[in-house]
Amino acid sequence: MSAALVMRASKRFGDRDALVDARLEVAAGTVHAVVGENGAGKSTLLKIVYGLVRADRGQLAIGQRCDLARHGVAAAQALGVGMVHQHGMLVPTLTLAENAALGHEPVRRGLLDLAAARRDLARAAARLEQSLDPDACAGALSVGEQQRAEIVMVVARAQKLLILDEPTALLAPGEVDRLLALLRRIAGDGCAVVLVSHKLDEVAEVADAITVLRAGRTVAELARGVATREVARAMVGGEPPPTGAPPPLPPADAAVVLMVRGLAVHDLSGAATLRPGAGSAGGLRQVSFEVRAGEVVGIAGVEGNGQRELVQAVVGLVPAAAGRITLGGVDMTHATVAARRAAGLAHVAEDRHHHGLVLDATVADNVMLGRLDEVARGLTIDRTRVRTLAERALADLDVRPADPSLAARALSGGNQQKLVVARELGRAAVRAVVAAQPTRGVDLAAQARIHDRLRAAAAAGAAVLVISADLDELFALCHRVAVLHRGAIAGELAGDALRAADARATLGAWMVGAA
Amino acid sequence: MTPSGVDRGGDGARFAELRAAAVALLAAMAAGSLLIILAGASPLEVWRTLVARTFGDAYGAGQVVFRATPLVLTGLAVAVPLRAGLFNIGAEGQMIAAAMCCAVVGAALPAATPALLALPVAMAAAAVAGGAVGAATGALRAYRGAHEVIVAILLNAIIAGVALWLGNQWLFVGEATRTASVVEGARFAELGITGSSASSSVVVALVAAAAVGWLQTRSTIGFRWRMIGGGPDAALAAGISVARDRVSAMAAAGALAGLAGAHFVLGHKHAFEEGLGRGVGFLGVAVALLAQGRAAAIVVSAVLFAALSQGGLGVAELVPKELVDVLQAVVVLVAAATLGRTTSVGGGAR
Repeated sequence: MSAALVMRASKRFGDRDALVDARLEVAAGTVHAVVGENGAGKSTLLKIVYGLVRADRGQLAIGQRCDLARHGVAAAQALGVGMVHQHGMLVPTLTLAENAALGHEPVRRGLLDLAAARRDLARAAARLEQSLDPDACAGALSVGEQQRAEIVMVVARAQKLLILDEPTALLAPGEVDRLLALLRRIAGDGCAVVLVSHKLDEVAEVADAITVLRAGRTVAELARGVATREVARAMVGGEPPPTGAPPPLPPADAAVVLMVRGLAVHDLSGAATLRPGAGSAGGLRQVSFEVRAGEVVGIAGVEGNGQRELVQAVVGLVPAAAGRITLGGVDMTHATVAARRAAGLAHVAEDRHHHGLVLDATVADNVMLGRLDEVARGLTIDRTRVRTLAERALADLDVRPADPSLAARALSGGNQQKLVVARELGRAAVRAVVAAQPTRGVDLAAQARIHDRLRAAAAAGAAVLVISADLDELFALCHRVAVLHRGAIAGELAGDALRAADARATLGAWMVGAA
Repeated sequence: MTPSGVDRGGDGARFAELRAAAVALLAAMAAGSLLIILAGASPLEVWRTLVARTFGDAYGAGQVVFRATPLVLTGLAVAVPLRAGLFNIGAEGQMIAAAMCCAVVGAALPAATPALLALPVAMAAAAVAGGAVGAATGALRAYRGAHEVIVAILLNAIIAGVALWLGNQWLFVGEATRTASVVEGARFAELGITGSSASSSVVVALVAAAAVGWLQTRSTIGFRWRMIGGGPDAALAAGISVARDRVSAMAAAGALAGLAGAHFVLGHKHAFEEGLGRGVGFLGVAVALLAQGRAAAIVVSAVLFAALSQGGLGVAELVPKELVDVLQAVVVLVAAATLGRTTSVGGGAR
């Protein structure tokens, strides 16, 4: 069997290695899965193939040897490579035929030949045994139908290699099966299919071969039939949890501060809004846990398994569909964000650019945000207090440059995140902390600072909930770690079990639903 | 957006904004000169006459003050929501509704009402009416998701029509399309600048500018407006009620536009008339954009636009009168093109 793709690539983003001589070999006519934790480099690897990202070093052969320095989307397409993105690229107000024509409009006597586009699309669909109406409006189709239509369009042009980035993330279970069948069919026609996926059960069902990435390196190349547990172990690594002093345990009789009972939240991803009622596997259902004063509880899981819904419901940004949230014994299920904050809830938002900071406002303004009560005298803002507050926040986590008049945008990512943490945890009387991906995309020094600050908050008696896709972060911080899978808690480790040699493998298995 | 333009606290940023405004003005003058040459006149002559007829004599200066007064108020009415991420194209309608209300209240007062009572009451009527229109616009955006620009454009049309209908049906007196005159006490004193129409309502405009300046830089509500303009999601996560503050920003804007209506009714016409203050609400957009939403700059910007329209009358014998309208538009266009990059938190009309 000939190789459709052979590559090795290294790539740095700023001071972070995204790929370190990562290897990927895909045989023609096969379905090949690329798996790994968040940030392992899967998307970067495939974007290099499609020419969206340029590799720093390495080799790339798609049927023929490519020049990495000159490789781009046009070159990739010319070699027969096509890519289907996680969020569809169809224009919802146009018909499928019009969408197919977009960018390659067939022309007859100077006019758009829509009939030809319709004919071509119907032919391509028939070849793949897909029933598809070229005159259907894209927006009227379900997410799965849209995606299959898009795949048909891409495959009609790219006959050598089809790349899909998390194609099943937004699909309901029934639609997943139809997608996987289509992918097998495409491979059967001789076109290689490469897909990135987090869902190992689906991968096991469809993939002929699996490449596992960890921290930018290819750590395993597995053939069909390997147990999912084995794949999970390769993904998270076999090494035992890092040793080191675990955070001091709170006394057994410490009061429960944050309690969540039977919490259900509607899916926040696009799937539900794209087409109401189309059905989606997302959201949060029936989640219960509690965090005591001084305790750090971690929520692990592959992204998209309900973490975002959990965080936003607890801090009050989205309503709970069912269940109860109490803070210090007071029911906060329907309380506003402001009321929860007043009761001592601090929130380190997952997306600092969106929910954490106002990037164009100054550092001082951003410290004031959500802490107006501390600097206001009646209607007036007391500038002296603002300066004191900002200087204290900057010093607390060593934010650099320590200039309160600078725009938040001008800070590096790590310093922006330190600013958010300093603001949230520096408030008077913090009783509970919700920290979502608190160190994503920040450098090691900033990470250490943020971890120290979270530990200090717990030591001072706050109940700390850390949501993270990074197991090492959770091992470093938490007394207990629960795993969120498909909107429910799949399992929990605490105490000695969390420090045991196989803790990582156990959590990893829960994360991918292999247990 | 360049990092250089967003450093709001530093003097360097302030300087960059000033420089951008100066560049806009110079570019507008250059473009205007080109147009004047095309129209067959001498640019130097036109600019000289324009300055002479505005700041050159007391009457001209007084007329500039008179024309700048409502522009300051409608400029503020655009600037306040601009900072909160909302575009108030409805100052025109807010002003008309307020003027109508102000005229009715001002005429209904007992004839002997002292100015100390009559003026504040009539002004309050204007501010409340304008504020109500603004608040309704803001509420439709905040709670129903209707875009404030569309809502405001439609409200402008509705209010113009309803005002005329109310007038024709009940309020206009005699054959004229004007309401009964407001009582003596509810009139702004004329400043007495050699025949110009400038009245003490300019004090109201200046006080309003100072108040908005204080709100924008020193108050908690101004801070919240800035935050919901710069990052509504971050503001929500910080516990700010974005919907409520969108309404409050638009209500404040409506009240300011309402005071512009009061200026025309109480300071000039002493009644509501058809076509009163026409276009001043829209010109407020230009005033606010050139001033980048800053209260102090709005006063300067309003004077500039007032001088252009007043001076336009003076240069009518040199160039077609329409050319002056074109000049105003050129200033706005050039300002929009050159200032866009430096306007930051809540500044863009995106």
